[in-house]
Amino acid sequence: MIDSLMQVGSSLFLLIGSFLLLSGGVGILRFPDFYSRMHAVGVTETFATSMIIIGLIMHNPDLLVDVKLLLILLMTLFISPTAGHALANAAMHADMARPKNIKSDDEVTSSNS
Amino acid sequence: MLMGLYNYWVVIVLMMVGFYIVIAHGNLVKKIVGLSIFQTSVFIFYISMAMVDGGTAPILDEGIKQYSNPLPHVLILTAIVVGIATTALGLALIVRIKEAYGSIEEEEIQKKDNLDC
Amino acid sequence: MKDLLAVVMLLGIYSLLSASLFVAMDAVDVAFTEAAVGAGISTLLMLVAITMTGRSEYPERHKPLLALAVVIVTGSLLIYGTLDMPYFGSAEAPIHQHVAPRYINDSMQEIGVPNIVTSVLASYRAFDTFGEVVVIFTAGIGVLALLLVARRSEEDEKADLFNYSMHEQHLILRIVTKMLIPFILLFAFYVQFHGDFGPGGGFQAGVIFASAIFLYVMLFGMTTARRVINQSFIQMIAATGVLLYGSVGVVSLLSGKEFFDYSALSSDPVAGQHLGILLIELGVGLTVASIMIIIFFNFASRRGNQ
Repeated sequence: MIDSLMQVGSSLFLLIGSFLLLSGGVGILRFPDFYSRMHAVGVTETFATSMIIIGLIMHNPDLLVDVKLLLILLMTLFISPTAGHALANAAMHADMARPKNIKSDDEVTSSNS
Repeated sequence: MLMGLYNYWVVIVLMMVGFYIVIAHGNLVKKIVGLSIFQTSVFIFYISMAMVDGGTAPILDEGIKQYSNPLPHVLILTAIVVGIATTALGLALIVRIKEAYGSIEEEEIQKKDNLDC
Repeated sequence: MKDLLAVVMLLGIYSLLSASLFVAMDAVDVAFTEAAVGAGISTLLMLVAITMTGRSEYPERHKPLLALAVVIVTGSLLIYGTLDMPYFGSAEAPIHQHVAPRYINDSMQEIGVPNIVTSVLASYRAFDTFGEVVVIFTAGIGVLALLLVARRSEEDEKADLFNYSMHEQHLILRIVTKMLIPFILLFAFYVQFHGDFGPGGGFQAGVIFASAIFLYVMLFGMTTARRVINQSFIQMIAATGVLLYGSVGVVSLLSGKEFFDYSALSSDPVAGQHLGILLIELGVGLTVASIMIIIFFNFASRRGNQ
């Protein structure tokens, strides 16, 4: 009983993860400019990877493998937001074109004063 | 029946893509990229030869009857690391060529060489 | 003008995809190496190289017709040649009939290591692997000969100032990296010493160890990294690795067995094999890690001097 419940749960998590990755992929193709594309991938990727790893942990009964997967999950939670930050930062420094209707923080404060 | 050979065809297509880049482009960095693609296609060729239907990775364990062939794995594992060492040597040569000639385009280097003669 | 940056990034993606292809074809050791080397270090070295050589390509010299003709003729000849090859995945192929059954059936009794790839790499074909390690060592020496620059200390101070200003911008990256580097190094050691039982070994461990150092160099600058790792020290380590590997062979030769026959190392042949594989993997790991570090250091300091 508990076994089949685990199997159903793991499939559910894997499905959610795959769907999120797919939606991130659609986002990178459909969004208009660099920053929103990056946002699409950056947000979905961390969540999707966690979902897939949790699904795999539920799928696998071996304790050693589960611990290894947990470590991978921890690494992903550290690395992928940092990578997203580095990418966005590099784009800012390279003066990547921003869409016209979005202002940076400096411009907002100067127009308010 | 011939469809069973598709792994070789994939390898040949990749190999020819790499070969085309090497001979058709004059940029030296791009030639190195072409060589890398060629190299990886050879790796895929060896590994696909080692694969056995229903086999598992060649790590001995209880209750496994069919393993894939470990020998090509060994050859390719070392070849990958040797490959990066030689690629680095090629890139070092390109950096020196850039410093000496001011360009990494094959034709410009040739032109400068002809002027010197 | 075509951008070479995109070309290099695509090559990295291609390498990562081929690594997953290797997993699908049961070659876990190879996939591990390809992911670390092809997608990691190779891409990084190419990026450093194009920052020095310029990242755009002149498209005018592009004569596709002759090249295309050559490629199509060669490709069709090769495809004609495959018609006699054994089918994909067939267990009756000649490649599976000769040496492989011996490795699969007898390696547990003869070597006593579960990972067949490790026992073939480090014991049955140790002489071959020795050659590969020497090739890597020679390539490292070649890069050293081509790119080594004499440094002056004033330039160092200037570079220090520049690095300091740059690092203020990368605060988050630096903190996360500082947390991750110890674990990457630990993982490298795990891969090194767990290679007998699972995928891994000296080649992969060396590359992972080197990539932790690369990360440090990229975020903390060349001068800081030089204080951590002395260039002449790392050159000595590279030579020590090759020497360690070779001397294991010489020891077995001197005790009356064949070159690289590790059963000479201990009274129990299987224990001798274990010891021999451990030493040889250590030699490989030392050489690969230090040669990769030497290559990257020389590219990076050449770039700093331009």
